[in-house]
Amino acid sequence: MIASLSINERQVGLMLTIGVAILGLIMLGAAKEGPMAVHGAMALALGIVLAFSLVGSLFDPDAPGGRAARYYDEPTRFGLMLTLIWGVVAMSVGVWVAALLYWPEATPLWPATSFGRLRPVHTTGVIFGFGGNALIATSLHVLQRTSRARLADSVSPWFVLIGYNLFCAWAVTGYLMGSTQSKEYAEAEWYADIWLVVVWVAYLVLYLRTLARRNEPHIYVANWYYLAFILVVAMLHIVNNIALPVSFAGARSFPVWSGVQDAMVQWWYGHNAVAFFLTAGFLGMLYYFLPVRAERPIWSYRLSIVSFWGIVFFYVWVGSHHLHYTALPYWVQTLGMTFSVMLLVPSWASAGNAIATLNGAWHKVRDDATLRFMFVAAVFYGLSTFEGSFLAIRPVNSLSHYTDWTVGHVHSGTLGWVAMIIFGAIYTLVPQLSGRTTMAWPKAIEWHFWLSIAGTLIYVVSMWNAGITQGLMWRTYDANGGLAYSFLESVMAMAPYYLLRTIGGALFLTGTVLCALNVRATMLATPVGAGASDRPLLTQPAE
Amino acid sequence: MLRLHYNLERISMGLVAGIIVAASIGGLVEIAPLFTIDETVEVPADLRPHTPLELAGREIYIREGCYACHSQMIRSLADEIDRYGHYSLASESAYDHPMLWGSKRTGPDLARVGEKYSDVWHAAHLVNPRAVVPASIMPAYPWLAATPLDISTLSAQLATLARLGVPYSPERIANAAADALAQARPDGAGGAGFVARYGDRVAVRPFGGDPARLTEMDAVIAYLQSLGRLTTAPYVPQ
Ligand code: HEC
Repeated sequence: MIASLSINERQVGLMLTIGVAILGLIMLGAAKEGPMAVHGAMALALGIVLAFSLVGSLFDPDAPGGRAARYYDEPTRFGLMLTLIWGVVAMSVGVWVAALLYWPEATPLWPATSFGRLRPVHTTGVIFGFGGNALIATSLHVLQRTSRARLADSVSPWFVLIGYNLFCAWAVTGYLMGSTQSKEYAEAEWYADIWLVVVWVAYLVLYLRTLARRNEPHIYVANWYYLAFILVVAMLHIVNNIALPVSFAGARSFPVWSGVQDAMVQWWYGHNAVAFFLTAGFLGMLYYFLPVRAERPIWSYRLSIVSFWGIVFFYVWVGSHHLHYTALPYWVQTLGMTFSVMLLVPSWASAGNAIATLNGAWHKVRDDATLRFMFVAAVFYGLSTFEGSFLAIRPVNSLSHYTDWTVGHVHSGTLGWVAMIIFGAIYTLVPQLSGRTTMAWPKAIEWHFWLSIAGTLIYVVSMWNAGITQGLMWRTYDANGGLAYSFLESVMAMAPYYLLRTIGGALFLTGTVLCALNVRATMLATPVGAGASDRPLLTQPAE
Repeated sequence: MLRLHYNLERISMGLVAGIIVAASIGGLVEIAPLFTIDETVEVPADLRPHTPLELAGREIYIREGCYACHSQMIRSLADEIDRYGHYSLASESAYDHPMLWGSKRTGPDLARVGEKYSDVWHAAHLVNPRAVVPASIMPAYPWLAATPLDISTLSAQLATLARLGVPYSPERIANAAADALAQARPDGAGGAGFVARYGDRVAVRPFGGDPARLTEMDAVIAYLQSLGRLTTAPYVPQ
């Protein structure tokens, strides 16, 4: 990766890595012990390793000439590798914590491997590690292709990717050490949050600067979604994470929000993390890779406009459906419910637009597992958004809330939609980035597809059963007007479903491992000379 | 309309502004009023903040991720009220930075678990849930009883919370560490000072069972026993 940088850029990179090392040193020196010190040491080590490799290459040959006329895909390649590493690790942790609910004794009695600490490792690892890296990596690729311009500069994509992964690594190692804000999907502590803001601003600036260089008058729809993802996630992240550290020399902080306001801010964040991280960003991915792979233009331009603004506007209102029947004022709950139902319109418009795009390419869906991944993703997107609107209706929510139905719903979205579209994008991109026409093991894609489908269905169906059973057992009264079941009886009734869910998750994980190995084999089998994943700007069809 | 958008797509800053505006409205309408309306800002006169020991227990509750399996928010539904007690009031978590309402009940709601079980039961349950509830799938936390409680940062924590509006007076802040010890040592020195600072409704006893050592177990049990008992508002007819 360093060879693609000019000498000047290597010098800038060197300054940045030294900066990271100094930051790490300051954190280490200030905290001396505890999570912040460990995180300081991690930054220090990262900075030193990168600085040494950059120093070593200062006198190597300069970057190949004529770069400006080529796309810059090395960061994308690197980002996809990180995506798969996080995917395998975080899904393994997921399967492991799922197993712990069936075999609670299976865990060694160390604090770091306790369920409550591993659970955010799984969620952060899959959402931010797996999903986030996939979004950043593909966005950089899509941005260049749809703008017919090279990235605005060559250093900031590396800063964004490496900095972002430092954030993820700080977050998950923090949880293992017991450092957490306890806000779901925003557990990382204050200094990691500030660091993420820095990285995110660099990402936004890179995006806008590249857009400014575009050779296409129009900004393609995929970029609207990626932009919405970058902008709104920044907004959510900052507001939800405002906190006062107990000391600047330690990890612990207290959020400024408390009680009911904190709950509302948290679920405004939480649901919009779903909206703008797990939906808008991935719709950007869908709007580029599905038409490219199917070789058909997007079915309706008009529909894509309506659904885009519908999603951006409606989603922000719906977070309060996480707080039905709670101490949150009733009118806020009602607003959340109403907008959740209305949200179905733009959501189905997007899903429908994607599926209609496949008209005339159904034979490809049948024959090409990669395109099938994307088709299934669109279908699951449609199904989960329907389910989401349904679960947001107050009386339905009275049954489903707090149960495993929610967990099932989330996974039909994340496994069925998010992960499937990522796999579709990966299988489209990786051969191209490796100068090949196919993956190294084309048959393995087919296997992966069916493992994913089976895993997702087993997972989701078992969680539906679990959730509905729980909900009904909790609210059933006996003939004497007393509650019919103790809580413990509802726990015992879960055992078969928890076992099934673990099996479903394990199947899905197996598929992901297969994908990672396939990608590795493909990248290693890059033909010599094709090494430069840069491609001339003009021969690429711009979407 | 389409024409307008056609032009908007050519200006990246226009898109940026549009996205920010469209995505801000919902949040503003739903969140901003919560800081002003009585329903969400009124605090009962007798609401007390957590004692230093309970606060330390709360930190451990957060650290161990208990909130991933336990909610602390009883909804206003008949079966929940029958099972867990009076539905939760907004004011009950007014001093909670962050709130711990939770989102999943793998285990039961804990909003009113305070004084439902004895300290001994909790201690045995946390060390090994299956020793007391054979079918339980809750993880075991044997290290709580073995780890001495770190009380060195309690004053700083109270001071931070005081800056956020939690009623910790300068005396409460200055005596935080001593108060944590005093609450778990009924016969120890600081007892009178502790009662003077936090009132006589607060439980003072060796929660973890051993008055000679202050462990994380003391803190967690003190915290659990305080849940639902920070104000009498839900229990007295208005
Ligand atoms: C994996 C999920 C899980 C985690 C994590 C968890 N619990 Fe539990 N908890 C349960 C289950 C299931 C029960 C019901 C069975 C039982 O009583 O053990 C329960 C029961 C309880 C009870 C008894 C409640 C009652 O009303 O009967 C208390 C108190 C409790 N847990 C406290 C904690 C604390 C404190 C922590 C963190 C240190 C914690 N739990 C972490 C699952 C969990």
